[in-house]
Amino acid sequence: MLKVALIGAGKMGISHLSILGAHPEVEVVGVCDTSKIVSDVLEKYSGFECFADYKKMVDKAKPDAVFVAVPTKFHYQMVKDLLNKGIHVFSEKPFCLNPQESKELVEIAKSKRLVNQVGYHNKFVGTFQEVKRLVEAGYIGEIQHFTGEAYGPVVIKKKSDTWRSDPNEGGGCLMDYASHVIDLINDILSPIESCKGAILKSIYSKHVDDAVYALVGIKSGETGVISVNWSDETFRKMSTSLTIIGSKGKIISDANELKVYFKTKEFPEGYSGGWNVKYVTDLTNEVDFYLRGEEYSSQIDYFVKAVQGKVPNNINTFESAWKTDVSISIIKKSS
Amino acid sequence: MERIIFGDNQFFAVNHISDEKSRAQAIKFKDDDAIIKVLDDARAAGINTFMCTTHDRIANICDIIRDNPEKYEGFKIYPCMPYAHKYANAVTELGIVGTLKEYVPGNFFGSLFKGGMAVVSKDFISMMELLIDAEMKMFKGIDTPVIFLQNVITDLLIGLGMKDFLIAFANYIEKKYNAEAGFITMNLPKLLPILEEGGIKNPIICTSINKVNFRMSGGKELYEEILKQGRARIIAMQVLGGGAIPPKEALEYVSNLPNVESILFGASSKQNIQNTVDTIHKFDNKTELIS
Repeated sequence: MLKVALIGAGKMGISHLSILGAHPEVEVVGVCDTSKIVSDVLEKYSGFECFADYKKMVDKAKPDAVFVAVPTKFHYQMVKDLLNKGIHVFSEKPFCLNPQESKELVEIAKSKRLVNQVGYHNKFVGTFQEVKRLVEAGYIGEIQHFTGEAYGPVVIKKKSDTWRSDPNEGGGCLMDYASHVIDLINDILSPIESCKGAILKSIYSKHVDDAVYALVGIKSGETGVISVNWSDETFRKMSTSLTIIGSKGKIISDANELKVYFKTKEFPEGYSGGWNVKYVTDLTNEVDFYLRGEEYSSQIDYFVKAVQGKVPNNINTFESAWKTDVSISIIKKSS
Repeated sequence: MERIIFGDNQFFAVNHISDEKSRAQAIKFKDDDAIIKVLDDARAAGINTFMCTTHDRIANICDIIRDNPEKYEGFKIYPCMPYAHKYANAVTELGIVGTLKEYVPGNFFGSLFKGGMAVVSKDFISMMELLIDAEMKMFKGIDTPVIFLQNVITDLLIGLGMKDFLIAFANYIEKKYNAEAGFITMNLPKLLPILEEGGIKNPIICTSINKVNFRMSGGKELYEEILKQGRARIIAMQVLGGGAIPPKEALEYVSNLPNVESILFGASSKQNIQNTVDTIHKFDNKTELIS
């Protein structure tokens, strides 16, 4: 059994905790949260040992791996402390407030040979995995243009302040929401390295951006558009999509549905010329425990297996999340 | 429970395979009249049970049902609570404690803080009961013989090992609403033993059952094995596997399984509703003839 602990039992933390709790090869040895009420409920009804201080938890519970799901501004110090104690780390996204911090953590994890992963769950979504496969195998040819979009109803009125509304804590649409789109583009195409112009717009929030519109360039030379808005109530929940236009075809994909058009006869097996539609249900492997999307269970299972040495630790590594932090900072600087 | 139960995903733009279809549904069912029309089509096809989430708009549908008692005589609703996105969005904004303060009715939470931690630690079950009451308000005067806990909560509680809440939910539904508790889950093999250990025999469970293993955690074979044992009153949902299986083939598979008491489905057109109902009846009759 792998001994795992959690720091931060908020929305993502509780979701991770439930999936970890149901995992047959994981023993949850501790939960750290600053809310006494949350700790009380977890201790009383789940029987998890709870702590208010993560250092005490680590010393006492001696976990092999820790999930960090606290506000972004705490990631750097906590992850660093954990790595220095020789603990494998899964961190929530975005990784750090600035890429210098992320880079330092990448180096420490590497030098200590510790398994490291960040919670960009879209990489475990079947449709996006298929997009990556199609692009990397060259089926849509030379990339000509791409558009990365995400819309959803996170901030749809003027509201009370939380850490998500504080730019110093990692709040805002660029850090919190657009990071998913940026991370996907970085992974499927190549890392965003330049920005020709960006608009970070506040719609309801006082201190942070609610929308991000940017013209970006990627390492391999192509350019594209990012359009992200978390104040769009016409969406029931977050909808992330990618459009990629290439010399041999075009892909339009979200987390549910992949539409691909092949101009030529060079299409992969299972496809045909012209339009093809594939659903995530055809592209997804079942999980042992389902909570809110297969990808949330899959990313945790992948991390557990990586620690056990059963899979290579090469999806959503600290290094890829550092590159995403670099891209975020480039877009921010251009706004 | 009736053999066929009508679902509500199509009314609230819940579509597991297409954001485009989901938007088209949001446009089609913008007005409550459009929802009522489809419900009436379902009734005309012989379906008298509507299983729906405690979405704000269901309150309007309940008003219409209450205002037309003769028309809706014998019509039953199976509420499914809570409407998860409401709480999920609130947790993003307000945090877990902030969300409880916002939604737990009355001054309960205020008094908890005043009362100190001793009070807090023993009263989480009462807090859940107050949340149930808040969700049930819209159904006053409507026949709700089975009341469900939504899968995101059932499954969250399973993973967290919080079986006390699952059992307390069932007990409270029975005591306060004189109804049976039902549980929606994507994890039937994990849920059933928990309920049985908690003293709930032959529970009502609504779960994904389909030919392609879609959202059947632990695998189709395990589900089929459990069905054979007849330990639960099962409502099969997601029988079309999110749209991956042709309807006829999908319904044939589910109709032929043992111990599936009901089949849940949703549709937007009169034709689709009628076809689905006819197909289920056709396969049911075949099974009866063979046995």
